[in-house]
Amino acid sequence: MTTMNSASLRVALTSFDRGAVLRWTRDNGVYVALAAIVLYNLFFTPRFITLDNLNVQLVLVTRIVVVSLGMAMVIGTAGIDLSVGAVVALSGALLVQFSDLPAVAAIAVALLVGGLVGLLNGFLVGVVGIQPIVATLAFLFAGRSLAQLLLVGKNPSIHDNAILKIASGKVLGVSGLIIAAGIAVLLVALLMRRTVFGRQLLAVGDNARASFLSGVPVRRTLVGVYVVSGVLAAWAGVMDTASITSANALSSGLNYELFAITAVVVGGTPLTGGRVRVLGTVAAAILMQLLRSTLIFHEATDAISQMITAVVIIGAVYIQRARSRA
Amino acid sequence: MSAEITTTGRGPDDPAHGKARENALRSPVQQVMALLQRSGVAAFVALALLVILGSILWPTFHSADNLRNTVLGISYIGIVAIGMTMVIITGGIDLSVGSVFALGGVVAVWTNIHAGPVAAVIATIVVCGAVGLINGMLIGVAGMAPFIVTLASLFGIRGLVYQLTDAGAKTYSVPGDSAFASLGNGTFLTLGIPIFITAALYVGFHIMLERTSLGLTTFAIGGGEDAAVLMGLKVRRSKVLLYMASAALAGVAGMLQASQLVSASPIIATGYELQAIAAVVIGGTLLTGGAGSLIGTGAGVLLLGTINAFIRYLQLDSTWNNVVSGAFLITVVVIQRVVSYRRVD
Repeated sequence: MTTMNSASLRVALTSFDRGAVLRWTRDNGVYVALAAIVLYNLFFTPRFITLDNLNVQLVLVTRIVVVSLGMAMVIGTAGIDLSVGAVVALSGALLVQFSDLPAVAAIAVALLVGGLVGLLNGFLVGVVGIQPIVATLAFLFAGRSLAQLLLVGKNPSIHDNAILKIASGKVLGVSGLIIAAGIAVLLVALLMRRTVFGRQLLAVGDNARASFLSGVPVRRTLVGVYVVSGVLAAWAGVMDTASITSANALSSGLNYELFAITAVVVGGTPLTGGRVRVLGTVAAAILMQLLRSTLIFHEATDAISQMITAVVIIGAVYIQRARSRA
Repeated sequence: MSAEITTTGRGPDDPAHGKARENALRSPVQQVMALLQRSGVAAFVALALLVILGSILWPTFHSADNLRNTVLGISYIGIVAIGMTMVIITGGIDLSVGSVFALGGVVAVWTNIHAGPVAAVIATIVVCGAVGLINGMLIGVAGMAPFIVTLASLFGIRGLVYQLTDAGAKTYSVPGDSAFASLGNGTFLTLGIPIFITAALYVGFHIMLERTSLGLTTFAIGGGEDAAVLMGLKVRRSKVLLYMASAALAGVAGMLQASQLVSASPIIATGYELQAIAAVVIGGTLLTGGAGSLIGTGAGVLLLGTINAFIRYLQLDSTWNNVVSGAFLITVVVIQRVVSYRRVD
């Protein structure tokens, strides 16, 4: 039992500091990294930290931010939503399909269908009891193909000015896309911090069985969270379509589920549920975008930036893991 | 009944655990359902129905030509699904297989150009096995979540493949009449060689899974990892080996397809991880781990291939493939879920 003694001694000597340091790193690491990359660019990358460039970078990341918010909530229930990228594509196709309708109605249809996809996912996960990864995998397959089928033989361009304004419009010099994403961030932050639903979501993610026994409507909460994720993904689809001024079933929202999971994990939300970090997720999405464009500014290839993304994911999760054990 | 409890994964409350007691209470209908679900019998039944229906509708559907093409076309996913099955039985997942598939193709063709076909096969297995070693160490030894580790390697390895090919600007190709190309294009008894390799791998790994200590450990880990550790099983080593096998198999599949196409493409096999998971799940392997079979996975793979053939014969746009496969996947897992409330292993 000498190994145990030395192990417990080591824990006693280091656990206080280590635990606190790791906890702090996990909670604030993403902001530190974000600040570090901004500082680095300030000194070492000419013309990077300018209002114009930062605006461009933020606009680029808006759709992923919106999708990541829904993903963060789903992951907060210890679930996962792989269907979000497909919903983004489907949403764009629906805008084309219903381009005869007024813009508001077309957008409403897109959001409604996103919500319906979420309802299906939520029903499969919450009521039938299928693992989230499989339940949402099915729509990842089907959704993008449905979008392609909707667009067969149609002109995918969007001409409705009201929709295009979402991307091209500016309020006080701030791009409409940033405002569209900002509204989503605000709503999700309020939902998580100020509503019963947000509390129940965390309770379910922490311990579904205990929540059920203490009277939390577990099924309804799970269905609700996937519906929110679906609607947010559809909103991201509207933003994306407005931004590229046409629907593209093949490339719109492609791999967004992976980017969103990355943002959520790097932002400090544990995959095991019970905790959702809204601002951390937003910061992580921006961090990943800045990291990528910094590398490209320094003439690294996209390939290298993908490899570095992998290292960042592993590092972020390693810190979380160490913390949960400390 | 309270489906809520299942969302956090398996635990003592999972209905599947109380099976011995409930066994006596099962009605004949439930027993038939359980039988259908086990070993991917459901997939076999659906497969048989589709083949019969197709044969009635189109005279050429059950022709040797169609069979050859369909089976050859699906054999690459089939090889990937072997490793995926084993990893999923442990309760894990391997999302990196699509990227490793592409890496396998590039490594194989590059090595073939520089050192010949035998070296190409060895290099593919070694390099891709090394990727699996990294995955396995992070999952089995460092204790990180399989989903995240392999998601990271999905990105990282695809990036590596792009880097090796200068973002696709550099194409590695082999002459169509070389020994390496005959690996994917050659035939034996009128069937493509990849079909035999796939079949041999299925037989080999099926025996490994059902008859060796590594195979039994695989099931034990999925059934309950802590229990497996307490029983003194080599859980860490087994996990590392299984992720190595998964990556090596994905690499070999990539090598075979590169050989068939006589070139290596960096963009190939995106989304293969999802198709492989679909085949595994349709084949009756539970994502919660602890139960599954390669026979079922084989049926799931053939079913996906038959759906593809069906859509080809219906002259529908190939995008319908994904819609129908997705619908099949959900139907199968819903049936599985309903049945597994009273499931017997």
